Amino acid sequence: MRPTDLSLAQARLALDARQISARELTQAYLDAIAALNPRLNAYITVTAEAALTAADAADQKLAAGHGGPLEGIPLGIKDLFCTAGTRTTAASRILGDFTPPYESTITRQLLRDGAVFLGKLNLDEFAMGSSNATSAFGPVENPWSRRNDPDTRLVPGGSSGGSAAAVAARIALGATATDTGGSIRQPAAFCGVAGIKPTYGRCSRFGVVAFASSLDQAGPIARDVMDCAVLLRSMSGFDPQDSTSVEMVVPDFAAAVGRGVRGMRIGIPREYRMAGMPAEIEALWQQGIAWLRDAGASIVDVSLPHTKYALPTYYIVAPAEASSNLARYDGVRFGARVAGSDLTELYEKTRAAGFGAEVKRRIMIGTYVLSAGYYDAYYLKAQQVRALIKRDFDLAWQQCDALLTPATPSAAFGLDEKQDDPVAMYLNDIFTVTANLAGLPGMAVPAGLDGQGLPLGLQIIGRPFDEEGVFAVAGAVERAAGFSARPGVIA
Amino acid sequence: MTYMIGDWELVIGLEVHAQVTSQAKLFSGAATAFGASPNSQVSFIDAGFPGMLPSINAECVAQAVRTGLGLNAQINLWSRFDRKNYFYADLPQGYQISQFAHPIVGTGEIEITLDDGTKKIIGITRLHLEQDAGKSQHDQHPSKSFIDLNRSGVALMEIVSEPDMRSPEEAGAYVAKLRQILRYLGTCDGNMDEGSMRADVNVSVRKPGEGFRTRCEIKNVNSVKFVMQAVEVEARRQIEVWESGEEVHQETRLFDTARGVTRSMRSKEDAHDYRYFPDPDLPPLVLDAGWVEQLKASLPELPDARRARYVAMGLTPYDAHVLTLDRETAVFFETMARGRDAKLAANWLTGDYFAALNRLKRDIADPPVSAEHMGELLDLIADKTLSGTIAKQVFEHMLAGEGAPGAIVETRGLKQVTDTGAIEAAIRAVMEANADKLAEYRSGKEKLFGFFVGQVMKAMAGKGNPAAVNELLKTMLAG
Repeated sequence: MRPTDLSLAQARLALDARQISARELTQAYLDAIAALNPRLNAYITVTAEAALTAADAADQKLAAGHGGPLEGIPLGIKDLFCTAGTRTTAASRILGDFTPPYESTITRQLLRDGAVFLGKLNLDEFAMGSSNATSAFGPVENPWSRRNDPDTRLVPGGSSGGSAAAVAARIALGATATDTGGSIRQPAAFCGVAGIKPTYGRCSRFGVVAFASSLDQAGPIARDVMDCAVLLRSMSGFDPQDSTSVEMVVPDFAAAVGRGVRGMRIGIPREYRMAGMPAEIEALWQQGIAWLRDAGASIVDVSLPHTKYALPTYYIVAPAEASSNLARYDGVRFGARVAGSDLTELYEKTRAAGFGAEVKRRIMIGTYVLSAGYYDAYYLKAQQVRALIKRDFDLAWQQCDALLTPATPSAAFGLDEKQDDPVAMYLNDIFTVTANLAGLPGMAVPAGLDGQGLPLGLQIIGRPFDEEGVFAVAGAVERAAGFSARPGVIA
Repeated sequence: MTYMIGDWELVIGLEVHAQVTSQAKLFSGAATAFGASPNSQVSFIDAGFPGMLPSINAECVAQAVRTGLGLNAQINLWSRFDRKNYFYADLPQGYQISQFAHPIVGTGEIEITLDDGTKKIIGITRLHLEQDAGKSQHDQHPSKSFIDLNRSGVALMEIVSEPDMRSPEEAGAYVAKLRQILRYLGTCDGNMDEGSMRADVNVSVRKPGEGFRTRCEIKNVNSVKFVMQAVEVEARRQIEVWESGEEVHQETRLFDTARGVTRSMRSKEDAHDYRYFPDPDLPPLVLDAGWVEQLKASLPELPDARRARYVAMGLTPYDAHVLTLDRETAVFFETMARGRDAKLAANWLTGDYFAALNRLKRDIADPPVSAEHMGELLDLIADKTLSGTIAKQVFEHMLAGEGAPGAIVETRGLKQVTDTGAIEAAIRAVMEANADKLAEYRSGKEKLFGFFVGQVMKAMAGKGNPAAVNELLKTMLAG
């Protein structure tokens, strides 16, 4: 067994038993990155030297018997998290060589618990995209490929495409990610790995480059449900520096993974049965329902009537917030600057050169929907619909404890597909945006393969702050699915 | 008396920006002291760095609530922060966080008193909290602008009045009264020359009985005097426009203090579309009613109440007014007058003491003689140790830094003589030396009594207790 074969939970045991050193484990990952990253492009920045130094420090702590819960665990960090002393790009040209002098709360907590950072992972520019194709540092390739079309390179999903691809190809043992409309769950599903977006407010957003503040929430992508539970515990917790983080005790999520679903009521939202949905997705969903029923859950048909408005609502709220959040990238204080003859020209040239097409599109949409005369018709209306979507869920929770849905409407698509049609691209988020709009925890678990041998995921949505319930259901699905397929590109 | 320019009436409303007195900024821990070197009081939050988030400073909220309570205003237990979006080099986030739709304080009022004693109530529309921007300096370099972010993120209260003022005097009185209340509350230092308080002045004119005509806003006026001047020159300008058959256009103007004119800054058409929307980084601000009550209970006494109390203590309305103009003076007065004759204390403070402050160019906040020592001086007068004349001498020695009045009296031997033997001896000597005058007095020329008083006091070098001198003199002169 090679070191990169170990799951996080297994690596924890091996490190604690001194069967492997943190340095050996880290070196194995760095070697794998050197071998595979030139093709996958999952990392924007690899911090090999710092990783080995951190691994040595971890070995000393482990030897002294006071290692943290993640002591010596090599992780990749989505390049949206500010990391002190390491360039942070948000996959945008506009940040230039910006190197934050501060650490995001989440990465600070991971370091506190002993994690070793391998580097910064690729993503869609400012986390805007569903294919990782909008990155200024080039697309990420999905390590999976179609069985009968192995030469077509596939997208890893987005925006956390680097995170999902790195975990799937085993060039990171786990990864941080963020999810504004599905950016953890969709790439996790496309790459055959697990990922959870916790309840809005569970993890601090401090030090994470903002896309849409009321929707953004960080979470882990990892090899399995248990690894996600371990990582999420370290990432969670109240932070006085984020006014939207919630002061609540962080439960032992790992304890919930094996709890089982006996007696749980699992809701199946009928509005998620979309016209034109591939038969394989429908079949997988039915399979998931059967697994949970067999595991002792009762299945309840529920209705979330405003689901059809979720995507348009999301594509008003998210760009509106983004148009304002991205105003600070103006070339004045940090990042790239293109000189101009006056301030306005400096702004125009800097932002024209610094932002990619998708980011510009969303800034323009957002600016438009907030403009005088349009605010009521778009932004205000969208907020009203958002409240209705939230209420749909509140009512559903009277009938069930968690929801089971497909994670994505399709398997991973080709790097060249859907790139010319933004609306087709936006449809990727159809099953995932509702959890962001309602602030609910949602998790993607690999559950099967399509006819081409590509992974498909199921999504579990839970009550606010009931990540434990989500982990319990996800654990049950994972055990029933016994997903063991591996991508073609793997360490 | 209605103030009119020709047959035109003035309509004035004010938006006052008052910097909240607090150690830290509204949404960051950076310091707020005035006069620090450029960009030395800036956190990454204030500079709008990636991933930085605002978290509200509770003390700034408390200060806004105290101010609202001091303005007899409604405190909104639920308020919200919005983003006002625009690009400028001294606005690092690309938006200002402000309470546009749901301010923390609703309607209230201020009573102003004009020079002729008339009182008038000016309505307060609202008070909201917002961040200040940084400062651009365009005159430091031929081709560059310098940006100082020390002010970026500093908490401001924007206090908006109703268009209730009708004359430059009323506008001036409103700003002065508002500043007085803020200073009493300790919620804003009111230092207009340091930019802690500045006013946007909205002016329009109309014929009596009409509805409102188009107004213009004069930005950032930074003294009471300039507010009054700006109102007047802007009103005259508008009247000229209307009378020449033109129309006044809504616009933002600047007051050129050197030339005494207002100049157009931008028209309504050029106005920004600020794209206000609720700041998603900040949950609504929800206040506990009990907490507001606590703040109310701990509010200091405000000038109007204090003035009324002083009048009840026997002070003239004028003295009461003068002593309550600022809180430091009132506190000084009360320390000085505690347990003593309030009228005497007021006379000393408004008379000799204020004169000394003027002469020495000192401020009551930094007094040359403490209120406690002034109280002791009053005690020495009350127990007849000192006459009024000698007390003034002692006060001069106190101003010179010689310490407590008791000690000065001792070391300088200024104690008033109440020993009747010494006075009688002095009187006898005076009577002997002025036998002719004594005869005239005894033959009915009683006017000479004053002459004898003067001679005796002179002989005693001013230390004789005047009452005792009078009494003994009357008896002895009568023979």
